[in-house]
Amino acid sequence: MSTTSAVCALVFVIGFVLAGGFSHISWGFLTEPILDMGREGGILPAIVGTLLMVMVAVGIAAPLGIASAIYLSEYTVEGKLTQAIRFGINCLAGVPSIIFGLFGFILFVVMLGFGWSILSGGLSLAAMILPTIIRTAEEALRSVPSSYRDVAASLGGTRWQVVTRSVLPYALPGILTGVILGIGRSIEETAVVIFTAGSAVQMPTSLFDSARTMSVHFYILAREGISNDNAYATAAVLICTILVINITAYSLMHRLMRGRKTA
Amino acid sequence: MQNKIAINKLNVFFGKEQALKDISFDVKNNEILTVIGPANSGKSTLLLAINRMIDRVSNAKVYGEIVIDGEQVSGIRDVENLRRKIGMVYAMPIPLPMSIRDNILFGARMKRMLKKKEENEMVESTLRASFLWDEVKDRLDSSGMKLSGGQQQRLCISRTLAVKPDVIMFDEPCSGLDPISTAKVEDAMKELKRDHAIILVTNNTKQAARVGDRTAFLLMGELVEIDDTNKIFTAPSRKKTEEYITGKFG
Repeated sequence: MSTTSAVCALVFVIGFVLAGGFSHISWGFLTEPILDMGREGGILPAIVGTLLMVMVAVGIAAPLGIASAIYLSEYTVEGKLTQAIRFGINCLAGVPSIIFGLFGFILFVVMLGFGWSILSGGLSLAAMILPTIIRTAEEALRSVPSSYRDVAASLGGTRWQVVTRSVLPYALPGILTGVILGIGRSIEETAVVIFTAGSAVQMPTSLFDSARTMSVHFYILAREGISNDNAYATAAVLICTILVINITAYSLMHRLMRGRKTA
Repeated sequence: MQNKIAINKLNVFFGKEQALKDISFDVKNNEILTVIGPANSGKSTLLLAINRMIDRVSNAKVYGEIVIDGEQVSGIRDVENLRRKIGMVYAMPIPLPMSIRDNILFGARMKRMLKKKEENEMVESTLRASFLWDEVKDRLDSSGMKLSGGQQQRLCISRTLAVKPDVIMFDEPCSGLDPISTAKVEDAMKELKRDHAIILVTNNTKQAARVGDRTAFLLMGELVEIDDTNKIFTAPSRKKTEEYITGKFG
C-alpha cells in the first residue's frame, strides 16, 4: 500500500512536470544561450553550469568520502575518536543546505577569494554531500564478510592489499550508490548554489566564472514570474538529466557485477 | 627430524582474560602435529599467535617466545612474508567470489605479477596437491563458490599452497565436511607433510588418531600433554587426556 502510494506520487510528480514542460522543449532550447533573463533563448549555459558544478562536487567529495570511510572501517579500532568522527558526520548530514550555502559564501567566496564561481559552488556542494558518501561507503565496507579480510591477510597481503583486493571490489556497488545519491543531491540543490555560485546567465568559460545551475534557473524563472513555460521546460530537462545519470550509473554497476561473477 | 617451530612459555591474553598459559612445544619438519581439546581451550588462538594474525585483534597481548627457523616471530618486521611462510586453512571453506583460477592465484599475485605460463603451472600443481585437479580441470574459469563444501576446502588448500608456505596450519578444516570429503582432505595432508610441517587443530579426536604423528592436548589454555599420537591414544600419561579421548568430557 505504502509502496504503491510512493510510486503513484513519483509518477504523478514526474508526469505533471514532463507534461507541462515537454511541449516547450526543442533542440534550440537545449543549445541556445539564455536570452532576456530566460524569457527567450535556451538553457545551454545552465546545463553546462550544472554539469561542471556537479563534476567539481563529486570529484572532490567522492575520493575524500571513500577514503574517510576506508579509514573508519578498515584502519581504526572502534573508540572515542571514531565515535567522535561518526557523530560529527551524522551532525553534518543533518545540517540544512542553506547553512552550507552560508558557510561556502563566507569561506570560499569571501575569505578565499574565489568569488561567486563554479569552484565555490562545487566545493560547497562537496561539503554538503560528503556525509552521505561517507556513511553509505562505510556501511558498504562493513557489509563485506570479515573472513575475506582474514583470507587476504593470511595469504600475505599488506593492509592496503587487503583493502583494495578483498574488500573494495565487493563494497563497490554500495559505495557507488552513495556517490549517485550525492550526484542527485547536488543537481537538485538551489540554496547552496545561489549563495556560492551566483546566477550569471552567461556561458561559463572557466571554473572561476559565476554560473547558474538548472535548478537555480528554474527557481528564478518561476519565482520572479519570468516565464512559466520555460520554467516547466527547464524542470523537465532537469528531471531527465537525473534519470539519465541514475540509469547509466545503475546499468554500469550491473555490468560490473556481472563481469565479476563470470571472471 | 629438525625443529621448524619452537614455542617457549607462550602466554596470550585477550584483555584481562588469559587464553594460553605457559605453552611450550616444538613443531618438526615433515610431521603432522595435531592439537586437540574442547572448545575454548585456546587451539585457534595458538595458530593466530604463530602467524601473527593475532596482531589484527586489538586487545590481544602475546608474551613468550615463538621461534621459526631460528627467528623470533615477535621481532619479524615483514609480517606479510611470515604469513606466506606459514599458510593457514580455516574451519569454514572461504572461497572468494571469483573463478577457481583467480582464487588460487589470489595470494600469489599479491606478492608479484606472474607470467601466464607460471600461473598455469601453479594452478595445476597446487590443485594436484590438494587432489582437486581431476574434478575441476575442465572448469577452472567457473566460480569457486559453485564447488561443493569439500571441494571448496581443497580449493582453499590449493590457494594456501600457491604462496609456497613451509608450514601449513589447519584450523578444524573438516568440521563442516562429510566423511568422504574429510578423507580426501586427510589424504592431501598426508601427502603435504613430505615438504611441509603441518599443524592440525581438530575437534575430532578420531581424526587426530588417523593423521597425527604427534598430538598435543590443550585444555583451558594449558598444554596438558604432548607426545606421539600412538602413545596419547593408547597410554596417555595424564588422567585428563585419557578422559578426553575416551569421551568422558569435551
